[in-house]
This record gives sequence, C-alpha cells and structure tokens, in this order.
Amino acid sequence: MLDVIGLECVRGERALFRNLSFSLPPGTLLELRGENGSGKTTLLRAICGLLSPIAGEIRWQGENVKSLGDDYRAHLGYLGHLNGLKDELSALENVALTASLSGITADASAIEDILRQFGLARCLHLPCKALSQGQKRRAALARVAIGRHHQLWLLDEPFAALDAVAITFLQSQIEQHLVNGGIVMLTTHQDVPMSAPHYQRIELDA
Amino acid sequence: MNSTLTAFRDVIARDLLLAMRRKADVLTTLFFFVIAVSLFPLGIGPETSLLRKIAPGIVWVAAMLAAMLSLGRMFADDYRDGTLEQLLLAPQPLGLLVGAKIVAHWLLSGLPLVLIAPLLGLQFGLDRDALLVLIASLLLGTPVLSLIGAIGAALTLGVRGGGVLVSLLVLPLFIPVLIFGAGAVEASVTGLGPAAHLSLLGAMLLVALFFAPWATALALRIAVE
Repeated sequence: MLDVIGLECVRGERALFRNLSFSLPPGTLLELRGENGSGKTTLLRAICGLLSPIAGEIRWQGENVKSLGDDYRAHLGYLGHLNGLKDELSALENVALTASLSGITADASAIEDILRQFGLARCLHLPCKALSQGQKRRAALARVAIGRHHQLWLLDEPFAALDAVAITFLQSQIEQHLVNGGIVMLTTHQDVPMSAPHYQRIELDA
Repeated sequence: MNSTLTAFRDVIARDLLLAMRRKADVLTTLFFFVIAVSLFPLGIGPETSLLRKIAPGIVWVAAMLAAMLSLGRMFADDYRDGTLEQLLLAPQPLGLLVGAKIVAHWLLSGLPLVLIAPLLGLQFGLDRDALLVLIASLLLGTPVLSLIGAIGAALTLGVRGGGVLVSLLVLPLFIPVLIFGAGAVEASVTGLGPAAHLSLLGAMLLVALFFAPWATALALRIAVE
C-alpha cells in the first residue's frame, strides 16, 4: 500500500504539482498522463526517493519511506529514462548485477529465462552497445521483471521504443504483477489497454 | 548481511570487468605516471645525489596527478548511463556500495602505481631500503587518494568542466598525504627512519576509510537530484 499525501515538487523555480495526494492499494495500476514537462518523471523520481519533494509525505505500508530507507527500497523496481545498462557488459551480466544488488539469489538460468522471454535469446552474450534501442529497453525491462517480489514497479515510458510483440509481452507481465498483488505506476503517451484489479489515472497539467 | 557482502563483491567485480574490457583507461593512468616520473632524470641529468634527493617528491607528485586523471571517470560513466541511479536504489547501505567502487578504483589506478614505483625509483638511484619505504608509503597513501578523490568526484558530478574543478577541490586535500608520503622516503634516505611518517599515513587511511564512503554517498544523493 502506497500513500502519497500533499506532495509538492519543484523543478527550477516552477512548481510542477502541488498538494498531490493519492493512495494505491495492492493490485493497482496508476497511469500518469500529461504533456512533456508536466512532471511525470519528477513524480516517479520523488516516489522512488531519488528526489526530495518540497512538501508532503510518501508512506509505504503506513510508514514514512524516509525512515524505512532500505526496507522501502527492497520493494522497488524502477525503470527510468536511462536504461541503467553498462555498454561493455552483456545483457546477462547487467541483469545479474542488478539481481545481486537487490539481494535476489537468481541463478544464471533464471536470468537467461527472463531475457529469453523478453525476446533477447539471440543476444544474451553480446555487449549492450551492440543492441538496438528497443533491445536495450527490453533488457532494462527484464532487469525490473527479475525482481518479481518487488511490490512497487515504477516505470517511466516503458512502452517507448518497443515493438508490438514486446509491448504485448510487457502488458502481460504488468497484468500478472497486478494480479499477484503488486502495484504499478507508469507514465505513457500510448494507449495500451490493460486489465487491472484497480485502475487509477492522474493527469498532470503543466 | 550476506546479501550486502555479495553486492559489495559484485560491484568490485563489475568495475574490474569493465576495466578489462576498456583497458585503455587503466593503461593511460599508468603510462602517465611512468612518463611523468621518467622525464625528471632526463631533464635534470645524471646527478645521482640530486636525483636521490628529489626522487620521493617527484614520485609522489606524479602519483597524485595520475590519481587525479582517473578520478573523473569514477562516477561519471555510471551517472551518464543510469547505473548510478540503480546503485542508489539498491536496498543496500550506499556507503558500502560506494566503498566497493572506491576499492575497485584503487585496484585499477592505485595498485598499478605501487607495483611499478620501485622500477621508477631505480632511475633515481634509490637504494633497497628507500625503495621498500617508497612502496610502503604508496601502499598506505594511494588508497587515501582514492578515498578523498571519491568525495571530490561525487561533488563535481554532472557539473560542466568537472574535471578541472575536481582537481582544484581535491589537490589541496592531498597535501598532507604528499608531505608524509614523500617525507617517509626522505627520512629513510637521511637515516631518520620512516616509522613516524608511515604511522601518520596509516592514521590518515583509517580516518578516510571511515568517513569518505559516507561523505561520497551523501554527495551522490545530492548529485542525482
């Protein structure tokens, strides 16, 4: 359960949003909409703790995330604008490192499986700089998906640069995560229909 | 706890693996050190007594400048490709993960200098005891350079012209290390014994080990905002 209470974020001198409150019970899909520069990414970064809000509070299971610290971060899967992949390492090595950082004991075959599911079977061992934009995005998504036990997925433009097959697959992954009681917050400009036990939508206006 | 240690080990392993695939980065630092130190005997001429006197200072200054060269890359690449964000979001103590990056930095840019320094010392006519002290002082001192340098690298992350700024910020902080590092070798050459200098270097290393990772972690959190 994620509660956001009276959140206010400022970029430069401009307030992006004020007094933003919402609450996401397990199984909720929250879609963030808004023009470019309306603060969608900022909101996601504030919620994962990369950015401190000016005012307001974020609570996870009723407790302030600042005081939870690592106990909160252990529930997070974050996909930002940047893919967070090392160009010189293969997709396999990249995902393996993320798994180890999140304290997941995933063996190589489990990681290979998830990369195969994301359609990267032929380039498991290629360095990431040899991958196309869409393939890199898939690898980055696989990095989030390896943490299935991460309850809260924060996805910034997950559908950008993906082809139709990958979009359908990601859609099914998100739906499954929601059915298992996860929470997904995502920003998108595409209309991707998804079935969710609970659905919310926030429009941020610039 | 176990998973923290695994993460610590894997961050070091990742940085070493990256360096293996991008050998140029490590080699440039090492060659800079070798060339910078070698220029002095060539420029000054074969006056053994003079060379022996200035050797510790030159090796130490060159080591500091070589360390500066590699500082810019410490977090900048991770910052650019987003892996730094992932590091910050990992449910592990950030100070420890940063510590792992510092260890990797030292293994790649400090340790090679320590290993090659005795060879360079021979050019200056240093005797066996002085060479041993030189190794010992570098072994204690170069980790301090990586630790303090990490704070500077984190503070200047994402700043335009960060490379020059980090030199201005960090070089003054390196001065004590330079004084006691070069002083240790000098004391051994003049027969005073290097123990006091080396103990002070060791003390600096302990203090830096304790504070630098956490200061760097704080600076990184500010830098990504």
